[in-house]
Amino acid sequence: MFELLDYSTLQHYWYAINALLAAILVFMMFVQGGQMLIYKIGKTETEQSMIVNSIGRKWEITFSTLVVFGGAFFASFPLFYATSFGGAYWVWMIILFSFIIQAVSYEYRSKPNNFLGKKTYDTFLFINGLIATTFLGTAVATFFTGSPFHINEMNNSFWDSSFRGLELALDFTNYNTFINLSLGLAIFFLSRVLANMYFLNSIDDKNIEKRAHKSILYNAIPFVVFFLFFFINIIFKDGFAINPDTGEVYMEPMKYFSNMLEMPLVFALLLIGVVMILMSIGRVYFKFDQCKERGIWIAGIGTILVVFNLLLIAGFNNTAYYPSTTDLQSSISIFNSSSSEYTLVAMSYVSLMVPFVIAYTWYVWKSINNKKIDADEINNSHGY
Amino acid sequence: MSLVDWSRAQFALTALYHWLFVPLTLGITFFLAITESIYVKTGKEEWKKITKFWMTLFGINFAIGVATGIILEFEFGTNWSNYSWFVGDIFGAPLAIEGIMAFFMESVFIAVMFFGWDKVSKRFHLTSTWLTAIGSNLSALWILVANGWMQNPVGMHFNPDTARMEMADFWDVLFNPNAINKFLHTIYSSYILAAAFIVGISAWYLLRNREKIVAKKSIVVASIFGLIFSVLTIVTGDESARQVAKTQPMKLAAMEGLYYGSDHAPLIAIGAIKGEAKDSSQAKQDFYFKFEVPSLLSYMAFLDADAFVPGIHDLVHGNKEQGIMPYKEKMRRGKIARKALKDYKEAKDNGNTEKAEELLAQFNDKKWLTEYFNYFGYSYFNDPHQIIPNVPITFYSFHLMVMAGGYLMMIFAVLLFLVYKNNLEKYKWILWAVILGMPAAWLATESGWIVAEMGRQPWVIQDLMPTMTAVSNINTTSVQITFAMFFIVFTALLIAEIKIMLKQIKIGPNKGGN
Repeated sequence: MFELLDYSTLQHYWYAINALLAAILVFMMFVQGGQMLIYKIGKTETEQSMIVNSIGRKWEITFSTLVVFGGAFFASFPLFYATSFGGAYWVWMIILFSFIIQAVSYEYRSKPNNFLGKKTYDTFLFINGLIATTFLGTAVATFFTGSPFHINEMNNSFWDSSFRGLELALDFTNYNTFINLSLGLAIFFLSRVLANMYFLNSIDDKNIEKRAHKSILYNAIPFVVFFLFFFINIIFKDGFAINPDTGEVYMEPMKYFSNMLEMPLVFALLLIGVVMILMSIGRVYFKFDQCKERGIWIAGIGTILVVFNLLLIAGFNNTAYYPSTTDLQSSISIFNSSSSEYTLVAMSYVSLMVPFVIAYTWYVWKSINNKKIDADEINNSHGY
Repeated sequence: MSLVDWSRAQFALTALYHWLFVPLTLGITFFLAITESIYVKTGKEEWKKITKFWMTLFGINFAIGVATGIILEFEFGTNWSNYSWFVGDIFGAPLAIEGIMAFFMESVFIAVMFFGWDKVSKRFHLTSTWLTAIGSNLSALWILVANGWMQNPVGMHFNPDTARMEMADFWDVLFNPNAINKFLHTIYSSYILAAAFIVGISAWYLLRNREKIVAKKSIVVASIFGLIFSVLTIVTGDESARQVAKTQPMKLAAMEGLYYGSDHAPLIAIGAIKGEAKDSSQAKQDFYFKFEVPSLLSYMAFLDADAFVPGIHDLVHGNKEQGIMPYKEKMRRGKIARKALKDYKEAKDNGNTEKAEELLAQFNDKKWLTEYFNYFGYSYFNDPHQIIPNVPITFYSFHLMVMAGGYLMMIFAVLLFLVYKNNLEKYKWILWAVILGMPAAWLATESGWIVAEMGRQPWVIQDLMPTMTAVSNINTTSVQITFAMFFIVFTALLIAEIKIMLKQIKIGPNKGGN
């Protein structure tokens, strides 16, 4: 059945799958948001344990989503994988490093004789929360602002900055840095909003509820500010357009805004996503008792819609999704970076499993979270 | 050390650390599934206690396995970006499938395993334990399909326009005999390691005169498990030897330290090889001592005691009698293929369509591909002696693997015999020997990977892509720093893991009681 699709459709299909994985990843970053709030929301040891245990049941899903995102991008757009990972070396290494120290921390933090001590493992969790959210957000913004690299005729890629990707967040002489950072910070605060909503959904404890309630507002305000800054800049920004006949890349004024108008469904879903996030924040904050448990789902689906459609705006409609600022014609698009048609077809059959994976993940999530975590449960069998 | 050396060192570091934890996960999850099945079937609480105890140790191991694993996947991009482009069309697919099929299964159901005891039904819990085991082993399948392809690339063709290898047949890649055998050999040997871990700790309990019920029951299940898979590991290992003989003769020669080929080639049972001979022609006095089994290598490699097994010298300098082409000739042909690619690119850039089409036709001509393009990778070398792996390392790791594996098989057999006789506790020295089986198991499995990966050098993809061309275009200092970062953090986490593990073992399944 996938054999009937033409190459371009397959490329679009795979870009959309990767965008969906990235969107789910950003939603699942509530785990990282929660890791930064352990001591803020939990004041006693039991409260902190409840928090760690609530996100500790989900961290592996976030982790797997990241790994699958990497694998899927590798398989479908290897030139992006080779260029971005091999080029922005330090960005990815720091992100990965933060995930290494995260992976052991849940399991080891409260085990006796754990060598580094509980505080260290909790610090690891905090570091991962901070880095994963801001760095990944910043990296996603470069889909709109571009990176310094070039690619030779053998498709070998070369990064044109010795800072190896860190310049994208630290070079303040470049206005793009502010756009990049604004998305990084927006994701940072959004992950904390989502984390608070997740606590309300999964922990039964009055003190935690009270603090999470307040914390939602404190994190929502900067989230809105940074996101608006990013969004307005994207609307007015020149974009990296591709001439579909020649494959030539050129700068087009307000390209991303044109993409929104030319793909009205994408634009509409993006706006619906934004509304869902804002509405759930408002409802949870002002109608706390009725809405506190549902917030995570509404805001979560909103997050997925926003990120998914933002990425489509960056890559669909003849746009180079990983543009080069030093050599425009090296810019990476879904057309010049994808796997062969044969591989995309083969992989498309594999993608039919995705709904099945989502279904069982959902089912298991429900069965494990059917009862909220409370202080009694913390002393139970396998706690973190 | 050069950039490629540091990049290799970093990959080796992460892979070897990762592999300290993965085989235990692969094996112990099935062990847990078995003991929990017994619990669900019989309803006896002691089996639940056994399951939960080993599950605790599994959890400690799993976390660090995950931590070390994430790096490996992304390192293909960060440190081997030319590789990622050149073969990403083929190599990326199994990695993605691994994620979609296996990682989610593992990570979703593992949460039920740990947190679901009182939340879901017994059956659902048991199913989750089985699915975790199946998920982790499925992930091994796909990554080993990817690795098998590096050892024996099949099912692809070269596309001169994109300058990369592209997949031509997914099923050829999946059912690559090298990959399937590698998968089986790897998981079976991992089950041995898990069994060695379980009997080792149980033996320690028996020596301490505690946890007798848990220890003895665990020993019975694990020894049967270990013995069965020891036999299967030998069978698949034997099959591996034949595949290596066929597709990677240089690796086989290095494994045996065989400089000069012969028919009736003997297998070295034990030996001490001298330092690496730079020029194979100087390597006559290659061993301090060796004990050989006559004709066995010929038989293992080709199921024929008379068969000729080529040595390093034959492969480097060629052997007319046996129809082996010298490396120099391969290099010459490879350079012709590479020039054709360069000319094609130039012709296309200059708008010389006629010449471009003529050259493109070459890349679709089967005869030309076999005669020239198949040696493309050789074009990057200037001296045939560069195309020899490190012989002593390959030789010693191969022999250590075999010896340690044999030791473990003996342990399982003896344990089962003593359990049957019901006088296991009488033989304290045997219990100590069982404990010694734990480091032996790790030694065997790590050595196995060293043989597979060091023996393949200097190729990252056998005959197609030299390792030195696969590396990212990055400065050496960056890789040195990340190497140091990983070394420090992995070592610290390993110490933490071992300390936590030892403490949990001391606490024991009865929380310090008996």
